[in-house]
Amino acid sequence: MTAKYLSQPIKRLEDKYLLTGNARYVDDIEVPGVLHAAFLRSDYAHAKINKIDVSEARKRPGVVAVFTAEDFGDFWKPGPLQVPPPTAIAGSKFNARTIVPIAKDKIRYSGEALAVVIAESRYIAEDAFDDIIVDVEPLPAVIDLEKAWEDTSVRVHDDLPSNMAALVSQEVGNYEEAKKNADVVVSKRMLVEHVAGAAMENRGFVAKWDEQDQQMTIWANTQSPLTVRGSVARNLGLAESQVRVITPYIGGGFGPKVMTSLSDDVLIPWIARKLNRPIKWMEDRRENFLATTSERDQVHHCEIALKKDGTILGFKDVFYHNTGAYDSYGMTVPLNTQTHTISNYRVPNFYTEIRMVFTNTMVVTPVRGAGRSEGVFVMERMIDFAAKKLGMDPTELRLKNLLTAEEMPHKTGIIGQDFVANVLDSGDYLDNYQKCLKAVDYEKFRKEIQPKARKEGKRLGIGVVAFTEGTAVGPYEGCKVTISTNGKVTMATGYSTQGQGHQTVFAQIIADQLNVKVEDVKVITGDTGSFAWGAGTFASRGATLVGTASYLAAQKVRAKIFATASKAFGVPEDEIELGEGFVFVKGKPENKITLGDLAIKANPMRGVVEPGVEPGLEATAYYGPPHGATGSGALAVIVSVDPETYKVKIERFVMVDDCGTIINPLILDGQIDGGVSMGIGNTLYEKMVYDENGQMLTASFMDYLMPQATDMPKKIEIIHQHNKSPLNPLGIKGIGEAGAIPPGPAICQALEDAFSEIPLEILESNLNPSIIYDYVKKARNS
Amino acid sequence: MSQTFPISVTVNGKVYNREVEPRLLLSDFLRHDLGLIGTHVGCEHGICGACTILFDGEPVRSCLIFAVQANGHEIRTVESLGTPDHLHPLQQSFKDKHALQCGFCTPGFLMTLVPFLEEHPNPSEDEIREAIDGNICRCTGYEKIVEAVEDAAAKLSQAK
Amino acid sequence: MKPVNFDYYAPTSVEEALDTLAELGYNGKVLAGGQSLIAAMNFRMARPGALVDLNNIPELSYIKPTPEGGLAIGTMTRVYAVEHSPEVAKRFPLLPEVAKFIAHPQIRRRGTFGGAIAHADPAGQLPSISMVMNMKCLIKGKGKEDRWVDAPDLIIGPFMTVIEPDEMLAEVVINPLPARTGARYEQVSRQNGGYAQAAVASIVTLDEKDNCKDVRMILMGVGELPILSTKASEILVGNKPTKEAIEAVAEEAAASEIDPATDLHGTAEYRRSITRVLIVRSLTEAFARAEKGG
Repeated sequence: MTAKYLSQPIKRLEDKYLLTGNARYVDDIEVPGVLHAAFLRSDYAHAKINKIDVSEARKRPGVVAVFTAEDFGDFWKPGPLQVPPPTAIAGSKFNARTIVPIAKDKIRYSGEALAVVIAESRYIAEDAFDDIIVDVEPLPAVIDLEKAWEDTSVRVHDDLPSNMAALVSQEVGNYEEAKKNADVVVSKRMLVEHVAGAAMENRGFVAKWDEQDQQMTIWANTQSPLTVRGSVARNLGLAESQVRVITPYIGGGFGPKVMTSLSDDVLIPWIARKLNRPIKWMEDRRENFLATTSERDQVHHCEIALKKDGTILGFKDVFYHNTGAYDSYGMTVPLNTQTHTISNYRVPNFYTEIRMVFTNTMVVTPVRGAGRSEGVFVMERMIDFAAKKLGMDPTELRLKNLLTAEEMPHKTGIIGQDFVANVLDSGDYLDNYQKCLKAVDYEKFRKEIQPKARKEGKRLGIGVVAFTEGTAVGPYEGCKVTISTNGKVTMATGYSTQGQGHQTVFAQIIADQLNVKVEDVKVITGDTGSFAWGAGTFASRGATLVGTASYLAAQKVRAKIFATASKAFGVPEDEIELGEGFVFVKGKPENKITLGDLAIKANPMRGVVEPGVEPGLEATAYYGPPHGATGSGALAVIVSVDPETYKVKIERFVMVDDCGTIINPLILDGQIDGGVSMGIGNTLYEKMVYDENGQMLTASFMDYLMPQATDMPKKIEIIHQHNKSPLNPLGIKGIGEAGAIPPGPAICQALEDAFSEIPLEILESNLNPSIIYDYVKKARNS
Repeated sequence: MSQTFPISVTVNGKVYNREVEPRLLLSDFLRHDLGLIGTHVGCEHGICGACTILFDGEPVRSCLIFAVQANGHEIRTVESLGTPDHLHPLQQSFKDKHALQCGFCTPGFLMTLVPFLEEHPNPSEDEIREAIDGNICRCTGYEKIVEAVEDAAAKLSQAK
Repeated sequence: MKPVNFDYYAPTSVEEALDTLAELGYNGKVLAGGQSLIAAMNFRMARPGALVDLNNIPELSYIKPTPEGGLAIGTMTRVYAVEHSPEVAKRFPLLPEVAKFIAHPQIRRRGTFGGAIAHADPAGQLPSISMVMNMKCLIKGKGKEDRWVDAPDLIIGPFMTVIEPDEMLAEVVINPLPARTGARYEQVSRQNGGYAQAAVASIVTLDEKDNCKDVRMILMGVGELPILSTKASEILVGNKPTKEAIEAVAEEAAASEIDPATDLHGTAEYRRSITRVLIVRSLTEAFARAEKGG
């Protein structure tokens, strides 16, 4: 059976609704009688609460209720740990301090909710903020990571002896021993700085309680509807079947919408039931910056030890990771950093230590890249610094140490975010890098293009880096595929969608197995009423896990088609053929049964059935991998720098990416393009900044700069590699985050190359022309 | 202070008579009072462009106009361009070139681009990128949007 | 965020607008394009008690030649209209040149020429340009004589002008520039449409001997308010605008005339450094244009 749709550039089935204003997002959900919520948020980053007086606010016309922590009584409690602690890692220390739904007794970050106003309109709810009197005693704010670790005089959590949230170290081999044999050792301190997911759609939540049916219906743009369902059920003492969570169209996820224990997730359903009125909350952009999670913010102390021929003997990385005021999401981000540091390379001795610290900032959880970007950044930078010390071209040093296909699968010895030992399942990292060098014409650049530019006084530089992207982690996902009596196919999965084209890619896989038209397959994502098992959309796992589950479920349905047809025609199964939407006996196509009619036959309304036969042409399948599949690639970037203003322009951008089997090349390239724009954005435009008092200075698009069309290179050149993953039948690896990971270190390498006559050394990830100016000045003076 | 004003606004060719509070933003009016959900709200500071609509034929930010100011004027939103079964050529190009992913920014891009293509039927890539600099997309990296505009420009000029 | 409530007035004539402003006094604020004001109101940073909307007064929107050969621009003329007006381009090419840097076209379609100047944002291009072009501003108030204020005297502080609460800026007049005049705007911003980290606009006139007869240069984004340079005239007037002379202006102006700040997007030192660069670029091109005939 040839695949008609797999790997084809099928145009997306969902687009015609999105393009014409016919797609409902959460703020478009209208429920009769709805009331609007608004959260009064703290201006202080760290303060003791004396009293929050909402009595005047309650009197305002149009205000229906105002709640503070006290009003929730016993319902108020710290939320669940959304990710288990790292007990799988020997010697790990972890202090769970999970996020609270609304501040009680103490404020721990600027933007923390202090009160929630329920009113007839959002406008009136915000008016009520002026009526609320907040009496607090400000405390010094804990912001600097290294200082937070050392200084115990001011603690984010007073019941702990310090601000240590976790201490986790892992080692492969013995770094200190290996270092003794090194010819060259390079040590650097580097920063990987704070960025926001900043999806174009902010968070939103609508809850409707039906008192008569005792049913809670929720519409939310969450990446984890099943987790929301579970936690709402638990919080309210309901059975899961009493809670239905529906994800409408979602305007981008990128990570922060996977947090399911924020104020909205916890409080809105309770309020809806308490007031017996539907409640809608729509976050605004300022709140999204302040009170939705964001990521990166690490300080690394790295050391690399090499022989003079460039062989890497060992790598050491002690890093401080900011978890923010709470650590509900466990260690996912820094564990990703640990598994993505040496991941491209042959490094027999590796010591990595996470010093996770509480600060008075909003909580850190994954944003596209999710800790991987940080690991790749520091490794690629250290290789560049080592190359300079060795007098080697940075590409030479990489070519010497990159892992090859023969070395796969490769056990790295590091436990990752899925709590199993990380295994690099497939890929040829050396080949990725070599192809990248060839595609960008590295030789020509070095021998002709760059020297010519130099003569003309132009600053042109090249950077070529390697990266891995761990994807497709467990635990599992599933789906149910059903052929309806009208012959069309429906697939339902608990997985949710934020623009990745799930309605199309899963339909492609299923259509191939069932021999139907792809447009006749309807995919329902993220409605717990349709499918109620799964974990959530994160870690680039949809294509692999849901894709595989779709394949397996469709195969089961295919088997049922043949079994049912065999009975219907009274012939053995091997005499049945499956045409496009119908079955027939080989050689007798004129006598066919449509799939719709076959579905009716498969569900008899009278009579008896054989034991073990399930009704209908329907099947459910689950897929959970033994460990994640790792995508990989390389990126070459050529930049030009205005020698007077230090503005950076990306002249060429060539990426090699290996995600195994490609389901839909259009959607694949779109995912890469989007990740790239975030990676470039993070490096040259975006930076989330808190001042020393914990005030966020970048809580709007005026100060948090998002990449625009003219900031991007003209063409993102992509070369695909196809090393299939051995872990799943279709050979798929994830791709969602790949684009975001390598641009930072590639641009840094290229900038240093553009100024190669001076010892330019970039030690931080988020740049702007003024920062580059400072680095150049420092290098010139040294 | 909760005085309301009667307004008469023509939206996508249809006249609506409503009473509005002066502070009601045009974006909220279109979306919630008229149920035209195609226009989206991303920032309410006039930067992201998701709320872009045509006001007397000109692309503007509906989050920076009060509904009361639309009295007597003509508004066009994305719903005026096409339907799922009859896409506007620009919408078709967006679909063909995979120029949208989550779709949230898309109506704002379309309403910026429709008048742009009328004024620049044969735009260069640089002109296209500059024209869409006032619309932020977090999903696509803009490349396929540019391809879609080039595709639509070619189609539309052939049709003439 | 949603704005606070306000009383709303939509006068249909200038007279009616002035009557309303007089009644409201300090409680009233003019609503012109709204691109700055409504954004500030959405953040609840601006909370005017009453808005007097000028958008229903068509007679405030015009671009008319003056008897002297300049242009009179009505306060409600959209920035986009000024940017694309052939009358403006013919006489004052600096204006369309600058306009392209102001935010994005969607903002310029709605934002107004007079509104931008009256808003007096120190980071705004139009208030600075009004100063370097020495525009004349017509201020009207109920029961008051029309008064004309030179643009450099209009703006007295960040977001502060001499316009009283019961007054409005009704018109801006730009007088014609002499022959052999050239102008050039240069800026550095982090992105297209973003605020300038530093910007320079210069207008220069050459005499028959190709010496500099006049130079007006304004430096933006590098002080509390835009700075009209005195060094430029000191060094250049009466002399040939050589490369060395221009560089001397850049050195001295950047060293002594400006007081840039350090913020999220750049250090004071960086701003000083790019100011030097922009002065050279701006003056060089302005003089080249003056030579070609403006």
